[in-house]
Amino acid sequence: MPEDPKLHRPVARNEGTRLVGEPGGPGGPGGAGGVSRRSFIKTVGVSAAASSLAAAAQGAGVLGAHLDEPEAKGSGPAMLGPEAANITLNINGKSTPVRVEPATTLLEALRLHLSMTGAKEVCDRGACGACSVLVDGRLVTACMLLAVDCIGSKIVTVEGLASADGKLDPVQEMFIKHDALQCGFCTPGFVVASRALLNTTPKPTLTQIKRALSGNICRCGTYSNMFNAVLEASGQAPVMDQKGA
Amino acid sequence: MNRFAFAQPRTFQEAATMLADKRFSLPVLKGGGIDLVDHLKEGLTEPDVVINVRRLRPGWATAGSPQITESGGLIRIEAGTTLADIAASEIIRAKAPVLAQAVEYAASPQVRNVATAAGNLLQRPRCWYYRHRQTECLKKGGMKCFAVDGENKYHAIFGDGPCFIVHPSNLAPALTICDGVAHVIGGKREQIPLAELYHLPARDVRSENTLEPGEVVTHLTCSPAPVSGFYAVKEKQSFDWPLVAASVWMRLDGARISEARVCAGAVAPVPWLLPRVDGALRGVSVDDDAGLRRACAVAVEGARPLADNKYKLALLPVAIRRAVLIAAGKPQATEVDA
Repeated sequence: MPEDPKLHRPVARNEGTRLVGEPGGPGGPGGAGGVSRRSFIKTVGVSAAASSLAAAAQGAGVLGAHLDEPEAKGSGPAMLGPEAANITLNINGKSTPVRVEPATTLLEALRLHLSMTGAKEVCDRGACGACSVLVDGRLVTACMLLAVDCIGSKIVTVEGLASADGKLDPVQEMFIKHDALQCGFCTPGFVVASRALLNTTPKPTLTQIKRALSGNICRCGTYSNMFNAVLEASGQAPVMDQKGA
Repeated sequence: MNRFAFAQPRTFQEAATMLADKRFSLPVLKGGGIDLVDHLKEGLTEPDVVINVRRLRPGWATAGSPQITESGGLIRIEAGTTLADIAASEIIRAKAPVLAQAVEYAASPQVRNVATAAGNLLQRPRCWYYRHRQTECLKKGGMKCFAVDGENKYHAIFGDGPCFIVHPSNLAPALTICDGVAHVIGGKREQIPLAELYHLPARDVRSENTLEPGEVVTHLTCSPAPVSGFYAVKEKQSFDWPLVAASVWMRLDGARISEARVCAGAVAPVPWLLPRVDGALRGVSVDDDAGLRRACAVAVEGARPLADNKYKLALLPVAIRRAVLIAAGKPQATEVDA
């Protein structure tokens, strides 16, 4: 059993993936038939017994419905935890059960419990943007939101940007065309942030692009290519040269 | 992060009741959670229950009702309004631009989409000694403020200690000069003027605000401030706290300032009102560069910098003058001066 808490925790809390009943987890790796690095690391833990599905919806449902129906039956606040509870999150349009403690962030729920590793953990303090996702259409850092606070919200991750037939989002296509990455680790966050911008501002100026991407950090410094990618994804001509001028 | 229960009350009253419930040893409120989750991850606070007020609305509100409204000559901002919504609000941009400017480039787009108005006002300081779990500073019940003899580049030049934090909120000084009021339930008071929401460390070094246990901020109100502006000097243009910031409210008689109110941020443990600058600006034309510089220089009278933050004495007058120019509709004038 690995000692590193980062490795240990998914092992101990892996029931969420089992409950979904989809090998590899929704949107996760494992479809190609090979053994991914992540699935290798966590094989040791999948024997944990899945707790009853019947209990699954309860705490979660109450919590989610609570705000929408203030006059609903029952009184007092809805409570979850501190132990793990079965909740349901709407991720990329799919109703996704997951078993988490209230102290679990949305990023941990995605990466560790659901094997959706598109959103990256880098700073884990909301400062780098690598874990950017959309929650109810808004760009947020998944590392700073509690998963239980996202019940009832529509979550879109980088895995959900491509269409059902696998056609990439124009932002993704233009990131490829403009070679807008080097190591690629920050790329999912930038792609989601770019998509968030284009959803509200279909033809952004260069200044608007820079501001919209100002919550994301690329240590390789591929900003100028990313700006060009967003410009072309919005039907505009690239303006940045290779020196970033 | 320690384990905690998560509570979703339906009303602010339920949240206030939970805060006072003796069954909990450390109940804490969560707005957007940006500062709270940071504290949880750093082990700076270990609550047994987190009470989520992020999505609460006033009792009369229906789904989708506006977060920012105007009636009876007052602007009203619900506690859970995000910084992004404040910055984008047509009401705020037209009637109190200083509020929109104060939060427009605060933190990052991702943070502004989650962080709330009340949470911004009540966030804890960014002092790196406070934020360091193993450092038992005054604010955490220890015996000394490590900034006094330590790394104090980002600390206070006003306030006279004994703790030298600067208040981290951009919104607080801006709201202060707009006669902002925090509306609360759960205690004896219903309204707390922004100028009384914060206290200096000498009064109670452990906290920054005057909220009593059980008091919950439900919404904010303020007066319109159509001629107002904000300017911050930062080391980075994104995800950074200001080195100094200035919020300015004015009444103009042509180009002449007939009345002014200035509140500085990032220079003191509380939003720092500068009544002497208010007086010095009176009668000065916004086109009189030398006159503005003279008036703004008054700002640093009485400042007591620490070893590494004397530079703030040079920055503060500049920030105030630029905020004046922005309030007067002359932002371009801030781009070519030194």
